[in-house]
Amino acid sequence: MEKIPILRMGDFLLVTIQVDMHDRLAMTLQEDLTTRISETAARGVLIDISSLEIVDSFIGRMLGNIAAMSRVLDAQTVVVGMQPAVAITLVELGMSLPGVRTALNVDAGMRLLKESLNGHRAEQHVHRP
Amino acid sequence: MSIVHSETIPLVSEPDMVVVRRRVREVSSQVGLSLVDQTKLVTAASELARNTLIYGGGGTMQLESLNGPRTGVRLIFVDKGPGIPDVNLALRDGYTTGTGLGLGLGGSKRLVNEFEIQSKVGEGTRVAVTRWK
Repeated sequence: MEKIPILRMGDFLLVTIQVDMHDRLAMTLQEDLTTRISETAARGVLIDISSLEIVDSFIGRMLGNIAAMSRVLDAQTVVVGMQPAVAITLVELGMSLPGVRTALNVDAGMRLLKESLNGHRAEQHVHRP
Repeated sequence: MSIVHSETIPLVSEPDMVVVRRRVREVSSQVGLSLVDQTKLVTAASELARNTLIYGGGGTMQLESLNGPRTGVRLIFVDKGPGIPDVNLALRDGYTTGTGLGLGLGGSKRLVNEFEIQSKVGEGTRVAVTRWK
């Protein structure tokens, strides 16, 4: 079965979506990612959608679901690389991806994940004297 | 107005949606729609194709490129499904009889220049959308 690879890099999981996703593939990714977060105790998920030529309501919902599920599993999700035409279309469609953190590119996304992880650790430190 | 090109793509299973998106992109690009307009039309096509597949029980999409006096792309989705009892309600954002977000019909209407829907309960639904250059 066709699958989107999930790479592990330290505390983070990385996904680059490079194919036109049909609905079942999107559902599979959602399930696979949740399983991997739980297996690896990952603290962050970075999803690169720079190759995606469209994001429709189904894929938008999938991104929202992944962000929500990973939050419940104590991991942050950042979606990076959305093409400008995709962003314009998505907002006009009526989806502004509430609850999904975004960054312009992979570098900015990684920075965001690292910062939130460091912030989290500092916070834990403060709370446990 | 003349139809320069016309093709019909069957919509019977999920992989057909990928074909629909690819062909709508190719034809939109050929007639010279801007990248943003191409993206809007492909996204609308994706939403409407999903409706045809899930709610209409499958059907077809007719893809036409139009020329003179205006250039554009027209998509006609036809199914012989259960039909939509209240079209105005179905067009409202957030309304769905399924498990989706209810953005498909209303959302795709915002992404095109012309939107026409005809539906009869027990007979099926026809949605025609056009994006002009």
